[in-house]
Amino acid sequence: MDKQKITSFKKQATAIRKHIVDEVYTAASGHPGGSLSCTDILTVLYFHEMRVDVKNPKWADRDRFVLSKGHCAPALYATLAEKGFFPTEDLTGFRNINSYLQGHPSMKDVPGVDMSTGSLGQGISAAVGIALAGKLDKKDYRVYSILGDGEIEEGQVWEACMSAAHYKLDNLTAFLDHNGLQIDGKITDVMSPESVHEKFKAFGWKVISVNGHDYQQIIEAIDEAKKTKGMPTMIVAETVKGKGVSFMENQAGWHGTAPNKEQRDQAIAELDGFLAKLQEVE
Amino acid sequence: MGNIATREAYGAALAEFGADTNIIVLDADLSKSTKTDTFKKKYPERFINMGIAEANMMTVAAGLATCGKTVFASTFAIFAAERACEQVRNSICYPRLNVKIGATHAGISVGEDGASHQPVEDVGIMRSIPNMTVISPADAVETRAAVKAAIEYDGPVYLRLGRLAVAAIYDEADYKFELGKGIVVSEGTDVTIFATGLMVHTAIEAVKLLADEGISARLVDIHTIKPIDKQLIIDSAVKTGALVTVEEHNIYGGLGSAVAEVASQNCPVPLRIVGINDSFGRSGKPYALLELYGLTAQNVAAKAKEAIEMKK
Repeated sequence: MDKQKITSFKKQATAIRKHIVDEVYTAASGHPGGSLSCTDILTVLYFHEMRVDVKNPKWADRDRFVLSKGHCAPALYATLAEKGFFPTEDLTGFRNINSYLQGHPSMKDVPGVDMSTGSLGQGISAAVGIALAGKLDKKDYRVYSILGDGEIEEGQVWEACMSAAHYKLDNLTAFLDHNGLQIDGKITDVMSPESVHEKFKAFGWKVISVNGHDYQQIIEAIDEAKKTKGMPTMIVAETVKGKGVSFMENQAGWHGTAPNKEQRDQAIAELDGFLAKLQEVE
Repeated sequence: MGNIATREAYGAALAEFGADTNIIVLDADLSKSTKTDTFKKKYPERFINMGIAEANMMTVAAGLATCGKTVFASTFAIFAAERACEQVRNSICYPRLNVKIGATHAGISVGEDGASHQPVEDVGIMRSIPNMTVISPADAVETRAAVKAAIEYDGPVYLRLGRLAVAAIYDEADYKFELGKGIVVSEGTDVTIFATGLMVHTAIEAVKLLADEGISARLVDIHTIKPIDKQLIIDSAVKTGALVTVEEHNIYGGLGSAVAEVASQNCPVPLRIVGINDSFGRSGKPYALLELYGLTAQNVAAKAKEAIEMKK
């Protein structure tokens, strides 16, 4: 992939990360850690891969996305706003009583949200339903979803995975945001879902491993998933919780904590610094 | 016409009205019991077995509904309303998706399977979820009409159905189903009995027992428990001055509570609630269980007389 394309992804993702920090800061609540870890995947999906129309969010032939780890709404909202589904100025209304940007994604309130999520384990089932509808209707749209690695401790995830493989839903591609942390600590300490690769494979999915912050690898994995017939694909993305903000990186404490003014300013300064460096290179 | 269980009528109605290619029927490995196999035989391409995984089934139904499908998700009421309760709430009702839950084997008339399979709380649970409509039909004719109405209505519906074969109450030719409107089965002046589902049959017998004693009871079939027919409750309270409710459900949270909510706030009159007295069921023959738990015409008639007595 050419350098220019990578740089444009980096810029886009950094813009999204800045929104995430500001959404959570303004709301004084929300989930920055996991939002920052799945930002690069969302960037590739919405700015490279998915067939969507911001003027017609309910377009019947659009590709669908379900944020199964619904608490990372700040990342989804920032991505949708950057894409043009609604004004980026609205993002600071996140979690505010006067805003349509609910704490967790609400399909009835937010343009571009394909399914309401927030209760862990349910989004992937909804994605299975959407993929089944695509097969029944003989449509060529694809369905994407992102799961948290803590989320997969929910039994429903495995019911959903069993059904996706049973019905050979090769139009479904899910990402596991494998950042290794959940609210109470390391996933391997709280309730280990490992080995995730072996488990999804055993449930009948094609499993691809990528660095979840490497655009080229993410794109190649999606391309491979699209070529895979007769089974759904799980892209296990190794990620860093809090990615892009030094003091949030790999800290479980930033799962659901909002930064104060000083921390917000430092985070924005770091992200601006990253953008400046990108421009220097150009 | 022989006796037909409402679950049987449900399966037949799905097959009868299922020609629309947008209708999808899901089941959780119980299609022979929920009778969705009747639909499956006619439209196999639109029947999807989700296996013994009710939570996934409810959310898959929601996903299908986001793509414009009218989805019927069927399993036993105990699993539909209770095991998968939070999926119904968050994935179906919150986004107000077009999913109909065909919940069969409701109440203690399930019989021999016992308490683990006899939901006595499902109406209370489903009724308290915003955006949910709750229908509890009494016979095959009413069930057929309820399925048709559920298809025509855009939004979540909980259809409470029974295992037990029941006699016909209504005649297809002059039956009219209106969502949210109760049906006055018979007129009366001394007391009104509100009944739902299987208990409409019991209430019909109770009305006869009361008539033998010179008491005139009005009988109302509340097939739609939510939204409840507020006006009919008020009118009945005004007209008869005493109310009795009867349901195959806990006395907490079901029809009795729904009628009490309306009556106490609009037209307080004496009220008696007949149901299962906050206990679990047990194994046994259906009618023996109904008798054991007080769901009999004799008990309904006795409670009606108590309510009438309270007027004095």
